[in-house]
Amino acid sequence: MSSKNQSIVIRGATVVNPDAMFVADVRIAGGVIEAVGDALTGDIVLDATGCYVSSGFVDLHTHLREPGKEEAETIESGSRAAVLGGFTAVVAMPNTDPAQDNVATVQFVRDRGRAVGLCEVIPSGCITVGRLGAQLVPFEQLAKEGVTLFTDDGTGVQDALVMQRALMVAKRLNLTISQHCEVASMTVGAVMHDGACCSTMGVPGWPSAAEEEMVRRDIQLVRITGAREHFMHLSTKGSVELVRAAKAEGLPVTAEVTPHHISLTDELLSSFDPIFKVNPPLRTMADIAALRDGLADGTIDAIATDHAPHAGHTKEQTLDTAPPGMLGLETALGVVNTAVTLSPQKIAALMSWNPAVIANISDHQGRPIAVGEPAHIAVWDTTTVWSVSRDELASRSTNTPYHGMELRGRVRHTIYNGQLVVQEGKALS
Amino acid sequence: MKHLLSTRDLTTDDIVSILAMADHMAEINSRAVPKVPALRGRTVASVFFEDSTRTRLSFETAATRLSAEVMTFTASSSSVNKGESLRDTIETLSAMGVDAFVVRHKSSGAPHQITKWTDAAVINAGDGWHQHPTQALLDAYTITRNFNELNSMQGRTVAIVGDIKHSRVARSDIDVFTRLGAKVVLVAPAAFLPTSLDGWGVTTADSLDDVIGLVDVVYMLRIQRERMDAAQMPSLREYSTLFALTPERAARMQSHALLLHPGPINRGVEMIVDPSLVPGSRILQQVTNGISVRMAVLFSLLGGDATTTLQNGAET
Repeated sequence: MSSKNQSIVIRGATVVNPDAMFVADVRIAGGVIEAVGDALTGDIVLDATGCYVSSGFVDLHTHLREPGKEEAETIESGSRAAVLGGFTAVVAMPNTDPAQDNVATVQFVRDRGRAVGLCEVIPSGCITVGRLGAQLVPFEQLAKEGVTLFTDDGTGVQDALVMQRALMVAKRLNLTISQHCEVASMTVGAVMHDGACCSTMGVPGWPSAAEEEMVRRDIQLVRITGAREHFMHLSTKGSVELVRAAKAEGLPVTAEVTPHHISLTDELLSSFDPIFKVNPPLRTMADIAALRDGLADGTIDAIATDHAPHAGHTKEQTLDTAPPGMLGLETALGVVNTAVTLSPQKIAALMSWNPAVIANISDHQGRPIAVGEPAHIAVWDTTTVWSVSRDELASRSTNTPYHGMELRGRVRHTIYNGQLVVQEGKALS
Repeated sequence: MKHLLSTRDLTTDDIVSILAMADHMAEINSRAVPKVPALRGRTVASVFFEDSTRTRLSFETAATRLSAEVMTFTASSSSVNKGESLRDTIETLSAMGVDAFVVRHKSSGAPHQITKWTDAAVINAGDGWHQHPTQALLDAYTITRNFNELNSMQGRTVAIVGDIKHSRVARSDIDVFTRLGAKVVLVAPAAFLPTSLDGWGVTTADSLDDVIGLVDVVYMLRIQRERMDAAQMPSLREYSTLFALTPERAARMQSHALLLHPGPINRGVEMIVDPSLVPGSRILQQVTNGISVRMAVLFSLLGGDATTTLQNGAET
């Protein structure tokens, strides 16, 4: 990591801002962007010719596993994976052990993230105590500790009345409710998308309707309460259509999609390899096409990784017993850029600007590259072809489905809070 | 072919040649001393993580008749109960020197996983709802030999009746029967059919009465009582009313038609008629044929080029 006193110049990149793109040098000093212009000099000069420079990426959906499953990931290893992927802020999912439903656990995650200091770690809060779907957490107390987004991720809130009350509280406090949409009674024992592959393979299916039913219900709850709701990891064509219609109606809903749901299909499960098991499951080409359309027309606001590390032995089980989830932070940009043709501004919108707004942190993350703005910055390209190796990831776990695949587009430098944390694709310690 | 994980691993020619080899094995089994030294010195581990009587004994008998050493592992009395992982169990047994694993597991795909952890051949003896390839081979053997049409089921129609969705037997049989040229009709309530039948090459019927008098083979599947709990059928009684083989329905079978069942039979559930009173029943013949077919499979995978050994008669 560079010293805070050293000035950094990013030379020759194309600045990606919501209102414009232009080639300029960017000088960072004292934790902020100090100058944007030509032929700037500084203590550290980063060559960035052919690259884009934007605000650092913001991940709405990261499992850091600490506390509870440190053999899979820690806040430190996950933070390192994040900055290698260009992320300067991650929202840490609450399904830790203990769960993030109380002040002490939330403080621990936040403070541990600050101590590591590689990126901003924002603890999410559970919606219900123990993620059990019954009793609401103390929203106001958790908000005071920096929680801006609440979710029971890993499960959806099954009870409609509990969900309605959560939305009412969140509206009053201007917080984000983020829902993992899955009607649990329809997915008992489910292993993969309930379609042709699943039928041939003889495993319990995960119907699209299980997701769509909760999206549909929650849109109605948003209509009733007027509260904002964010839909996590949409995976089906039907969900995209529901969210599109809700937005057309003017309802305050937002949605994210993961890199894997726009790049991989259920046919990969034919090998029975649990590396491809994820919740929600990989679906079909028709779903992928609909999700990509949703990205293009703005129905889907954000790319979120659902980075879900699992210790090696847990994926060395049968498909039905292995836990769902795959790594995502370090491959996100490459996968998205390889799977879909998006403009640099669209990439920055989906991976930085929009998620910063959804996470209620747009006062300091997802900002334009301009003098005086906080220096949370990613320098990236859309042309470098690289091969993913699970053995070269910073994550403690190796459960990437992209091992051995070639991706196009890579993060070159990451600056968090004015300090260089990734240089030439390598994490600095 | 190194493993037999799925009927889909077999070409149609492979299927025909295994059935032909099973004829040789049946001849051996008819001898006074039904044993040949074909696999002497080879070790077959039968590794059953799920209860089974007939399949395990059938494989072990087949291996013994080919003079292989048999190692028996059953999960209920093993280290699995001490929390040992599947990988560790297989690697441990492998280290003892195993040439083939015969695997039964409640999880679909477990035999696929196991191939990653051993150099030995892996034979799927039934995995979850997925596949039971030797059952399909012995069923095809039984049907073709009864109809004296050795390489084909062309022109024959098979009704498979029961819980298709949760049946590894159905998935295996459908693949083998259709590739041998048979028409397959699935007779089941909607909840017992898989979500998609794309690429299966089958038709469906929702009443046994509609098809019973028209088919050449009636293949009854075992109905697992526990499935009735999962809100899939209103009741066992409703199921039996529509889909069980009753004496009245059995009487409507064509005179040449065969009755098959993979066992164990749930009397009073899918089988209300006493099968011993159905002239076309070949249910016990299936069990007998199972040994010959499994000998053929073991020999195909482990016999190497020792085809001559097979011809050399009983071990002295």
